[in-house]
Amino acid sequence: MTDLFSKFDPLIEQRRSLLSTGLTDPFGLVMEKVLSPTVAICNGKETILLGTYNYMGMTFDDDVIAAGKQSFDDFGAGTTGSRVLNGTFHPHRDVEAALREFYDMDHAMVFSTGYQANLGIISTIAGKGDYIILDIDSHASIYDGCKMGDAEIVAFRHNDVEALEKRLKRLPPEAGKLVILEGVYSMLGDVAPLKEMIRISKEAGAMVLVDEAHSMGFIGENGRGVAEEQGCLDDVDFIIGTFSKSVGTVGGFCVSNHPKFEILRLVCRPYVFTAALPPSVMASSAVSIRKLMHGGNKRAHLWENSKTLHKGLRDLGFKLGTETPQSAIIAVIMPDLERGAMMWEALLKEGLYVNLARPPATPAGMTLLRCSLCAEHTAEQVQDILGRFERAGKAIGII
Amino acid sequence: MTDRSAMFDKLKSLIEPFNKKGAALSDATTFAGDLEWDSLTVMDFVAEVEDAFDIVITMNMQAEIETVGQLVDAVIKLTD
Repeated sequence: MTDLFSKFDPLIEQRRSLLSTGLTDPFGLVMEKVLSPTVAICNGKETILLGTYNYMGMTFDDDVIAAGKQSFDDFGAGTTGSRVLNGTFHPHRDVEAALREFYDMDHAMVFSTGYQANLGIISTIAGKGDYIILDIDSHASIYDGCKMGDAEIVAFRHNDVEALEKRLKRLPPEAGKLVILEGVYSMLGDVAPLKEMIRISKEAGAMVLVDEAHSMGFIGENGRGVAEEQGCLDDVDFIIGTFSKSVGTVGGFCVSNHPKFEILRLVCRPYVFTAALPPSVMASSAVSIRKLMHGGNKRAHLWENSKTLHKGLRDLGFKLGTETPQSAIIAVIMPDLERGAMMWEALLKEGLYVNLARPPATPAGMTLLRCSLCAEHTAEQVQDILGRFERAGKAIGII
Repeated sequence: MTDRSAMFDKLKSLIEPFNKKGAALSDATTFAGDLEWDSLTVMDFVAEVEDAFDIVITMNMQAEIETVGQLVDAVIKLTD
């Protein structure tokens, strides 16, 4: 008998050899207690959280929590059903209304996660004979959406406007085309040249989908994302987003002005054939989204944090993923997986949690310590974080 | 047949800069096994081939191309 698990042997061996050195498993962290958006107890130790994508710190917002509790009382714990059958409660409709207000768009559709939003929208709207043109560094959910559908997939070099243009010109003019971009690419925290790319895509007759998961609530005057910041939101056909970052809950969505958008509720399988999110999550999300519309001061503080951390880490001698701070993600490039894991552990022992990211999730085979800042990190915490990075970096010999 | 060998030679010249191991190239040479290319190298190489012939090799097609010979046939078809 062939053991179906033998294909995982190289990964099992890599993990075994890494952990045999006595390192803490970087993928087995447990938060024993969460004290605030920026502090948790891990391994009995108070730990600053710098890798949670909780950009706007909404997880502990009083109004967000109160709305969830009230919804538990009013609607019960769960929906036990699909959105198109028994799973649409008032809070589901309300959160979609909140999204339409937030983006000033005509339609909003909520999925159970951001992953499912990409999976559902991409696999449904791009069909046989259509082309999807995507950035090679696209998120796994985008690739999986492509794999689930029947379209032809064309990749272009990361953030390369000319590479996109060339490929668009080589495709049959009459074929349906969907260009998929991200506002902020989550591994290095870099921003896409959306304005230029969207203009080129539109000239080639393509529809454009932009995943703004890592920019919602933070980038753009109203927190609508990189497309708003670059003044091209009106030319985006579909925005994909998530509730599990700035909104502070869980869920995914697509907003659009397409006049036929609502038909997707009947034909999009990852929307139809799964249970709707609990009403408490929807009620919390709706309050959070509406509060994010007025989060200008928090956005300004988050930018300050991002700039301070970026400059501080650079001055310490760390190699970073971007020349300048472009988002709330700052990626620290590690020389290799071994030293990356050691540095990750040293930071955890210092009381600082960051994400360890490694191939295949990362571009160019890099090992990264990915830091994501929160608007609730105080200026003192950011200085504290820099001190911990300095001590750990010197102890491991990276700086 | 001469067309095919001309295509083979043309692609061979495009492969060489990426052939860090100096592996011998034939129709049977595999990109993943013999040339040991990772996904990044594949992407760079595909872009080179696409630009050289002004074609698009979709990821769906790439999944079917494992050997140099299969690439030669695919590019002949795409440039036909």
